[in-house]
Amino acid sequence: MFELISKNLLAPAVWRYTVKAPEIAAKRRAGNFVIVRPKEGSERIPLTIVSSDPQAGTIDIIFQVVGATTMDLSETDGILDIVGPLGHPTHIEKFGRAAVVGGGVGIAPLLPIAEALKQAGNNLTAILGARSSEFLILEEEMAAISDGLLIATDDGSQGQKGLVTDVLQPLLEQGALDFVLAVGPVVMMKAVSELTRPYRVKTMVSLNPLMIDGTGMCGVCRCRVDGQTRFACVDGPEFDGHQVDFGSLSRRLSMYKAEENKRREARN
Amino acid sequence: MPLNLNRVSMPEQEPGQRRHNFQEVNLGLTPELARAEASRCLFCKRPTCIDGCPVGINIPFFIQAILDDSPEEAVRRIRMDNSLPAICGRVCPQEIQCEKTCVLNKKGAPVAIGALERYVGDYAIRECLATECNITENGLKVAVVGSGPSGLSCAGELRKLGYAVTVFEALHELGGVLTYGIPEFRLPKEAVVQVEIDTLKALGVEFKTNHLVGKTSLAADLLDKDGYAAVYIATGAGYPQFMQIPGEDLNYVYSANEFLTRMNLMRAYKGDAAATPVFTGRRVGVIGGGNTAMDAARCALRMPGVEKVSLIYRRSENEMPARIEEVKHAKEEGIDFQFLTAPVEYLGTAEGAVRAARCVRMELGEPDASGRRRPVVIPGSEFKIDVDAVVVAIGTQANPIIAQTTPGLATNKWGYIITDENGLTSIRHIYAGGDIVSGAATVILAMGAGRNAARAIHEKLSEMAS
Ligand SMILES: Cc1cc2nc3c(=O)[nH]c(=O)nc-3n(C[C@H](O)[C@H](O)[C@H](O)COP(=O)(O)OP(=O)(O)OC[C@H]3O[C@@H](n4cnc5c(N)ncnc54)[C@H](O)[C@@H]3O)c2cc1C
Ligand SMILES: Cc1cc2nc3c(=O)[nH]c(=O)nc-3n(C[C@H](O)[C@H](O)[C@H](O)COP(=O)(O)OP(=O)(O)OC[C@H]3O[C@@H](n4cnc5c(N)ncnc54)[C@H](O)[C@@H]3O)c2cc1C
Ligand code: SF4
Ligand code: SF4
Ligand code: FES
Repeated sequence: MFELISKNLLAPAVWRYTVKAPEIAAKRRAGNFVIVRPKEGSERIPLTIVSSDPQAGTIDIIFQVVGATTMDLSETDGILDIVGPLGHPTHIEKFGRAAVVGGGVGIAPLLPIAEALKQAGNNLTAILGARSSEFLILEEEMAAISDGLLIATDDGSQGQKGLVTDVLQPLLEQGALDFVLAVGPVVMMKAVSELTRPYRVKTMVSLNPLMIDGTGMCGVCRCRVDGQTRFACVDGPEFDGHQVDFGSLSRRLSMYKAEENKRREARN
Repeated sequence: MPLNLNRVSMPEQEPGQRRHNFQEVNLGLTPELARAEASRCLFCKRPTCIDGCPVGINIPFFIQAILDDSPEEAVRRIRMDNSLPAICGRVCPQEIQCEKTCVLNKKGAPVAIGALERYVGDYAIRECLATECNITENGLKVAVVGSGPSGLSCAGELRKLGYAVTVFEALHELGGVLTYGIPEFRLPKEAVVQVEIDTLKALGVEFKTNHLVGKTSLAADLLDKDGYAAVYIATGAGYPQFMQIPGEDLNYVYSANEFLTRMNLMRAYKGDAAATPVFTGRRVGVIGGGNTAMDAARCALRMPGVEKVSLIYRRSENEMPARIEEVKHAKEEGIDFQFLTAPVEYLGTAEGAVRAARCVRMELGEPDASGRRRPVVIPGSEFKIDVDAVVVAIGTQANPIIAQTTPGLATNKWGYIITDENGLTSIRHIYAGGDIVSGAATVILAMGAGRNAARAIHEKLSEMAS
């Protein structure tokens, strides 16, 4: 059992947990994730490590309650199983002018990557998108580490009314970017990748397929990248957005919709 | 005395009944049946059966003990060479090992050594017979990576020799393929696998689940920083292969590992009671001809709503690598075998779910590198098999994580770890064995490798201490 040190509600149904996991905290780098199983009988689900404190031996995760397993997680006082840090850490270098684009709870995985990019000496613009200001998370943390912070909300309750791509486009037109990294819903990562393609700006995305073991054993996380089968848990989770087959990713993500709904309803 | 060629057959659940449940198919021998079978043994002066057993169990000795009605003695004898008899008795491919080399095989009725071994193993479990040993702590620590049969046997041997042993396992449950791969109806988890693991815990072996060596810690750090005197790597070969044909990423096209992990490790066979779902629809296609394919097919058949499971194998029945007993059971249960057949493409629905496998028929040509006749496509033989789900069970590769994170660890061109005959890798004090060295093989070979390495580790460390 992994002890919960603190539990904070960041936005409706979005939690930030600080969890005691000294071995993971010691090894973790930006871009790594963990697989958690909240309690006996739960599924195993992947969550990004948002931050870690090797001294205190803790890691932070941020998750949105979307289905049965995240419900389990939101109700526990300790996490039964956590394994990690998994996946390749983000490839960080000095690209020059970099933009990180985050949508919804995707802003959580984006934070550590943004920090690392900033530390590597990049000029960093953060573009955050949410349904409304109520759902916007980590705004202050992002502001603190970026050279410019731009916000888009669907309803215009904060920042520009519209999508993150509406905010990104002018920057691309001005030729103001050398590198883009996007994390969020598949439709958003796809739209960002399509948008940057004609400008030939290198664009990385962090893929979020279904996972079970996270060790390369089951193959459920396979994605098509540049026409090849890649396992997101061991070969990713970050890939070149211009090479990812987003269609097959979103199709595979919906594979268990019916079963997931059944289980979610059973819990309500 | 005339030869008795009436090999007893193990009582089993009726096919019509068992295809609807996940309870064990083979029910085990009664004491009477066990003694009847034991009495068929000729107690050969030169028992050739032993040559066929990869760990060299003294077979006539334990069979004699069954006849003498001293099962404790049989347990003690088997455990000298094999710490997991209840498991091997169930899953060993006896027909190509001990039973193949039994002299009575020439007469077509080898002694049912596997069934007798299982009988003895089950007796030990039922009577809670602890492994007899007086452990004298020697103050040295050894790390074992992976809790499959190879890691478990290495850990047990080393513990008995006085080492403080820690087993690191990536998953949340112990047992490797015994837990996540081989299904309940062939190898009961609580009644057998868990009991064997608990026995090791009682001996004092420490287990750490949720620990992926290469990520949570590094193999070299276990030696250099964490004070382990040796490391044994037994991480198996669980990296699924696909055929790279069109449509393989359609929904409900599973790797066998995914399908079986959902079923066994995540308990999807319990239906809606389990958190992790599995979708089979009405018709399932399974690609492959090994034990894994057989297990996937028989698991699928047992799921509610499944009407037909087609096993699609590119060679003929003679070349199938699966255990003969599994093939027999699968046939009795009504699996539709499509021999000399291979898929070339999967077709999907508008929503992206698989709906059919486009297949071709094959014929056998010249022998290939494996000595088996190579299947060749028959021109114009294309046809379709309608399916709602597909399980691809064409084999696995080496998992790359440890090799990638352990500089200096030599691997061959397929990524398997290279060792000498003692299991020693290219790095001092790091040993390896089981599927990650041999490629996908068998439980008993993995166990044998674990035991071998334990002995080599002990020899080396004792030498250094003296
Ligand atoms: C590498 C990686 C890192 C991730 N990091 C985070 C994170 O930091 N915070 C966070 O909140 N989520 C993260 N996710 C997504 C998270 O794993 C899913 O939200 C979670 O598995 C949902 O489980 P559930 O049982 O609660 O919901 P389910 O019942 O499984 O699903 C409910 C709904 O969520 C959708 N869904 C399921 N799995 C995913 C997924 N992997 N991605 C997107 N949608 C999904 C389903 O289609 C369905 O609509 C990450 C995923 C990956 C692969
Ligand atoms: C479905 C199926 C059916 C089979 N049926 C039979 C049969 O009937 N008879 C037979 O003899 N053989 C059978 N086999 C083969 C047999 O199961 C294997 O040969 C045997 O399990 C190999 O043992 P192992 O200990 O080397 O590895 P495994 O059993 O694969 O165990 C390896 C363990 O290591 C863990 N691990 C991997 N990487 C790491 C890491 N980096 N850090 C920590 N832990 C790690 C894994 O999670 C796993 O638990 C079958 C295999 C399968 C898949
Ligand atoms: S371990 Fe396997 S090969 Fe050896 S005697 Fe037992 S069943 Fe036969
Ligand atoms: S070879 Fe067969 S008959 Fe002879 S001792 Fe072995 S099991 Fe008995
Ligand atoms: S999650 Fe199983 S292989 Fe990636």
